[in-house]
Amino acid sequence: MAFKQISSPHGHNPQNTGWIMQLVLLSTVPGFLALSYQFGWGSFINLIVAVVTSLTAETAILACRNRPIAFYLKDYSAVVTAVLLALALPPLVPWWVVVVGSLFSIVIAKQLYGGLGYNPFNPAMVGYVVLLISFPIEMTTWITPLSLLPDGVSHPGLWESMSIVFAGSAPVDGVTGATPLDIFKHSSGLVVDQIYQNEALFSQASFAGVGWEWVNVGFLIGGLILLKTGVFTWHGPLAMLGTLALMSILFWDGGSSESPGSPIMHLFSGASMMGAFFILTDPVSSAVSNRGRLIYGALIGLLVYVIRAWGNYPDAIAFAVLLANFAAPFIDNYTLPRTYGHTDRRKATEKQEEK
Amino acid sequence: MSRIWEIPGGVHPPENKQQSMTRSIGHLPLPATLVIPLHQHIGAPAKVAVTVGQTVLKGQKLTDASNLNNLPVHASSSGTVIAIDDKPVAHPSGLNALCVTIATDGKDQWIEHAGISDFRQCDPHNLLQMITEAGIAGMGGAGFPAAIKLSPSNDKPVDTFIINATECEPYITADDAAMQEKTQDLIQGIEIVGHILNNPSRVLVGIENNKPQAIVALRSHIKERSIEVVSFPTKYPSGGEKQLIYILTGREVPSGGLPSDLGMVCLNIGTLIAIKRAIIDGEPLISRITTVTGEACGVNRNYDVLIGTPISHLLAHNEFDERNCSRLIMGGPMMGFSLTSTEVPVVKTTNCILASSYSEIPSDLPAQACIRCGLCAEVCPASLLPQQLFWYAQAKDQERLEAHNLFDCIECGACSYVCPSNIPLVQHYRSSKGEIRKANIDKIDSDNARQRFEFRKLRLEQADEQRQVKREARRLATEQARATNSTVQSGSSAADIIAAAQQRAMTKQSTPEQQKAKFERALLAAQSRLEEAENRLTEATAHGTAEQQARCSASLESARQKVDQTQNRLKELSD
Amino acid sequence: MIDAIAQQPMLAALFALVSLGIVFGGLLGFAAEKFKLKGDPIIEQIDNLLPQTQCGQCGFPGCRPYAQSIADGDAINKCPPGGQATINAIANLLDVPAPALDEEHGEEEEIKTIAYIREDECIGCTKCIQACPVDAILGAAKLMHTVIVSECTGCDLCVEPCPVDCIDMLPVIQGIVQWHWPSPASNIDLIATSKMPRREDAA
Repeated sequence: MAFKQISSPHGHNPQNTGWIMQLVLLSTVPGFLALSYQFGWGSFINLIVAVVTSLTAETAILACRNRPIAFYLKDYSAVVTAVLLALALPPLVPWWVVVVGSLFSIVIAKQLYGGLGYNPFNPAMVGYVVLLISFPIEMTTWITPLSLLPDGVSHPGLWESMSIVFAGSAPVDGVTGATPLDIFKHSSGLVVDQIYQNEALFSQASFAGVGWEWVNVGFLIGGLILLKTGVFTWHGPLAMLGTLALMSILFWDGGSSESPGSPIMHLFSGASMMGAFFILTDPVSSAVSNRGRLIYGALIGLLVYVIRAWGNYPDAIAFAVLLANFAAPFIDNYTLPRTYGHTDRRKATEKQEEK
Repeated sequence: MSRIWEIPGGVHPPENKQQSMTRSIGHLPLPATLVIPLHQHIGAPAKVAVTVGQTVLKGQKLTDASNLNNLPVHASSSGTVIAIDDKPVAHPSGLNALCVTIATDGKDQWIEHAGISDFRQCDPHNLLQMITEAGIAGMGGAGFPAAIKLSPSNDKPVDTFIINATECEPYITADDAAMQEKTQDLIQGIEIVGHILNNPSRVLVGIENNKPQAIVALRSHIKERSIEVVSFPTKYPSGGEKQLIYILTGREVPSGGLPSDLGMVCLNIGTLIAIKRAIIDGEPLISRITTVTGEACGVNRNYDVLIGTPISHLLAHNEFDERNCSRLIMGGPMMGFSLTSTEVPVVKTTNCILASSYSEIPSDLPAQACIRCGLCAEVCPASLLPQQLFWYAQAKDQERLEAHNLFDCIECGACSYVCPSNIPLVQHYRSSKGEIRKANIDKIDSDNARQRFEFRKLRLEQADEQRQVKREARRLATEQARATNSTVQSGSSAADIIAAAQQRAMTKQSTPEQQKAKFERALLAAQSRLEEAENRLTEATAHGTAEQQARCSASLESARQKVDQTQNRLKELSD
Repeated sequence: MIDAIAQQPMLAALFALVSLGIVFGGLLGFAAEKFKLKGDPIIEQIDNLLPQTQCGQCGFPGCRPYAQSIADGDAINKCPPGGQATINAIANLLDVPAPALDEEHGEEEEIKTIAYIREDECIGCTKCIQACPVDAILGAAKLMHTVIVSECTGCDLCVEPCPVDCIDMLPVIQGIVQWHWPSPASNIDLIATSKMPRREDAA
């Protein structure tokens, strides 16, 4: 009898890439629920459109590249990209915006670079940035959170939402509004206390900004679940949130008219939590070592704050992540761990070990 | 209680050790043939010392060892040598190697042997010689000759002696069983090595806490002695020599170095028991404890197996179900290698035969893309970045692989075990290591070839040059000769030269009488030639062309000169 | 001064550019001198990458002349003994795209071969000795010749001159010592060839 020649180890623990991706998907549920509760059906429709587009695009490209389709679809990576993009987009954005973003993410940012594992940039964020630059109006029109809706007005129902998304009918007045970060961006003459008194978004908030705070809490919960299951390490998210908090404390400025906002506001507004736990933890495009991920996370936190405070855009997760993606190989070069039996860490490009 | 240090990384695969520990160490009936590979250790192979047809006794040396580097192998039972040829051996390649095949005679008759009752009176050097003669190689896996480990070449004195009782691989219980059933032998082995090493200040037994009975057995036997049993939490791969040293001492073996660089020696349980047998009983290493386990075997237990027993013999006595066997593995599931044939014999390093069922170890799934999730880096006990190594292994970027410390990888398999994309990482590293080693050898070869080529070119050029020089010298010599001649005779005519030459010739030869006669003869000839020339000239002036006339007058002139010369010479001679 | 410059923008621009040129030129010159790469000249480096079989299949009398020629701009894909690995290495060194091996100069051999002389048939003509570029054949006129296996580069230059055809190129035996794990098969092939291998396949 002849047995096969197989290299050790023999046997494997049960988890696989598809399972990890499914775990990520499951962990987005709290954030998704919070989004849907606060902003209506829009995110749900985004999700469906994005997933369908992404899977279609992925299938088409895999077929073109002569790859086994079912085998690669089973890794769920296209679904994860689609979901993250859908959750980052404003609810009730026209359907073609979602389609363009998804196509760009999957076709250009992922498959043209060689598919899963070979993309230097986070595909969802590439899609997002393309949309933000190409369609600024659609991308900055956000829905008013549930509790701030004027009396007698409610979020459009599923059917009405679909007609807004697919047929382009205009939403009811008062349904769209500014986000907390928008407000800070555009009210430079006022001291923070005045903003907090004038804007219902803050005066009625529990701790950071109506609606947004709960969305961020949702993503925080999902992120902590992933952390617990060991899908990623704490290094990236903690460094990012820590740096963001540190920067906002440093420049808090006592709440003067120049102040870019409080640490709590920054941590629980915009895409902070989603970015920290779901975007920058994308392992493919991030730094590889734990030390590298600390630097990578901190760089993103810093960039997010810099762009939010002094840049042109109210939020900056996508830009910050893409810029840090550029820096990841450079960070990797200097952050190799110290191997057993070596006195010092080495550089990735080193030719001869320095003794 | 000693302090322990925790290694980074590590995994917790299902242990599966209880199956083979339900029964004590067993013995198998003598196999009909024993196949003993001649090369069972790291180092140079030894020379065959038997011939086909020769009768051998149990314990008789089959090869001659000349120094510490090549260990002898011994006949595990008495019988007749029936073949010395290439047979499949325990190696991941599945290739053949030289083996001595013995047909056993069933008598199991020992060769004469004797041990030393009081090893403490013995010179350590002699004890090392005995250990080498007994063919003892490290029995944990690598097969490093024990005597070399025990005689570190550098000057650093050994202050710590570590006994590796970790046995961190799943399924394997050979050391566990040995510690429980052969405790006394083990302790004696430790004492012998302690004596050889000049009683190191610390003697540590490193053992995982999943072997409570072995810990109790050891502690009860060594209460009064200075040996410390250190137990630590179970984690794979704590039993790697480098990892164990870190766990017990917090120190790291330098990259590319050996434990002896830290003043440490590390031996495993099986080796120590073999050392005891070699010294106290005088028995060479001809058997070892091997775990036979896996769901494809009906019986799971440890056996004291003769070296050279074919695996098929072991399996046949353990209700092996071939159809249910997904892989046949020598060693554990994490680092063992798959066998392609059941005819492979048990060797000195065979600690386990694992015949797994399909439900136990299913076939490997196809690899998915690496998403650089970093789970591999989290479990790497050497703090490498397996995902980056994989990247560069695929790109065959040897420079980067070495910069990422590929050669510090101990191939423990933890990274492949956790990889969610089922990438055979360890095989990538093994292949890359092999290629880099080959490239280094090729580099040496090609440098050598270049040197020889250039030397040859130089040699040819030199030969050419010498030839050139010689030719030049010859040319110069002739030129010079010509030059001297022409300076001497410058101004004189060709006739003078000839005359001078004739004169030289004349002066060399003969007496004046002979010369006179010769001149007279020459005069007559010259005169007749003169007449002839005159006739020809008259004829030419009558009928010939101007050219003919000129030639004839010239020859007439030269004939006349000749006559004059000869007459002159005759006159000179007669004067 | 500033007024003067303002009135003569053309001159000012010229002045500014020239002075910038001088400053940066100086800087670059300094940097080039200060951070000069100390290393083998390029020919040495190329020669180091070539396999040193000295077989002449590239059309040059030996590896070094070919290295010289590459340094002068010749194609880098003329070396069959080195094969694609050598081409890639040289391409990497010179930072040029790596072409496929030029089949005109021969095909890449999978297995390394080495010359063996059938010693009974050797007539001792020394022709192979003269042909061997690395002095790997031992012998004298009218006496049997033999190849020094460890020195033979497998260039097969000795095969042709032999008047009695007693030289064979034999593959080097791959024993257990030389064996190393092959690289795993690519997953695409795996999926294509074995849809989840199960027990039927193994039997």
